[in-house]
Amino acid sequence: MPEAATAAGIDAESAGWLRALAEPGAAREAALARLHGLLLPIARREVARRGPRLAITGPELDDLAHQAAADALLAITGKVGQFRGESRFTTWAYRFVIFEVSAKIGRHFWRHPVVPLGAEQWERLPDRFGFDPAREAEWRDLAAAVRRAVDTELTPRQREVFVAIVVNGVPLDTLALSLGSSRNAIYKMMFDARRKLRAALAANGYLPDDSARGS
Amino acid sequence: MNGWSALERFLRTDPRDVGCSQAMDMLHVYAELVAAGEPAEERYPGIAAHLRACGPCGEDFEGLLAAIRGEAP
Repeated sequence: MPEAATAAGIDAESAGWLRALAEPGAAREAALARLHGLLLPIARREVARRGPRLAITGPELDDLAHQAAADALLAITGKVGQFRGESRFTTWAYRFVIFEVSAKIGRHFWRHPVVPLGAEQWERLPDRFGFDPAREAEWRDLAAAVRRAVDTELTPRQREVFVAIVVNGVPLDTLALSLGSSRNAIYKMMFDARRKLRAALAANGYLPDDSARGS
Repeated sequence: MNGWSALERFLRTDPRDVGCSQAMDMLHVYAELVAAGEPAEERYPGIAAHLRACGPCGEDFEGLLAAIRGEAP
C-alpha cells in the first residue's frame, strides 16, 4: 500500500545545512566536519544500544561506529539532492547512520557465522517461541506440524530462508548478504512463508482460522 | 500458552504491511511523528504494520527514535 508523505516546507535549520553543504571549498569542508561531528556520537550510541546483544566488544565496536559514521557521511553527500524537507535534515541524516550500523553488523555476522550454512537446528524451534520444556506434551504435536508444513507447503527457497532465520536464528540482514539478496526480498519471502504456514496450521486445527479477517 | 501465542503472532501477516523498502524510505518521517507524539500509526498504518513484524526494520526504527530523542544507550 503506497504511503507517500507530503513534502513540507524546509525548516530554517535544515535549509542552513543544505546551504552549507552546497558551499564551495573550505566552507563545505567545515560543514562536512560539523555534520560528521553529529553523526559519530549517533553511531556510537547505536552500536552501544545494540552492543549487549552482539558478540562484538571494545575497539571493534568503536571501529564499527567510526566506519558507520564515515560511510553515512558519504551516503548523505551523495543523496543530499533527494532530501525533500519531510523531516528535519538531521533526522534524515541520522537515518543513514542507523542503516550503516545495521549493514555493518549484518556483514560482521556474515564473516563470522555462528551457525554453519546448511545446518538445521530444529531441536531449538520450541525455545525460539518460548515453549515451556516442562509442558512438551502440549506443544509437541504443534512443533511437529510446523516442521511438516515447512517441508510440504513452502518452496525450496522459502524453506531455506525460514530454516535459516527462524530455526537457526541467522539475522535477516546476514542471510540477505549470504544469498546475495536484499532485506526487502528476504522479508517478502518470509512474509509469504508465514502466510502459507499459518493457513496450513489453521486448516489442520492447530491455530484459529481467522481467514475472514483477511490475515 | 506463551509459545503458542508467540508462534501465532509470528505467523500472522498484515495485508497493510508495506515491506522494508517503503518503510525505510519513510523512516525519518515516521520517527519524527512518533517522537512528537503525533498519531504516526494512524497516518501510516502500513509502516506501523511493517515495523511490528520486521525485526531488522523495527530495530532501525528504535535506533532512529533514540537518536532524535537524544536518549542514552
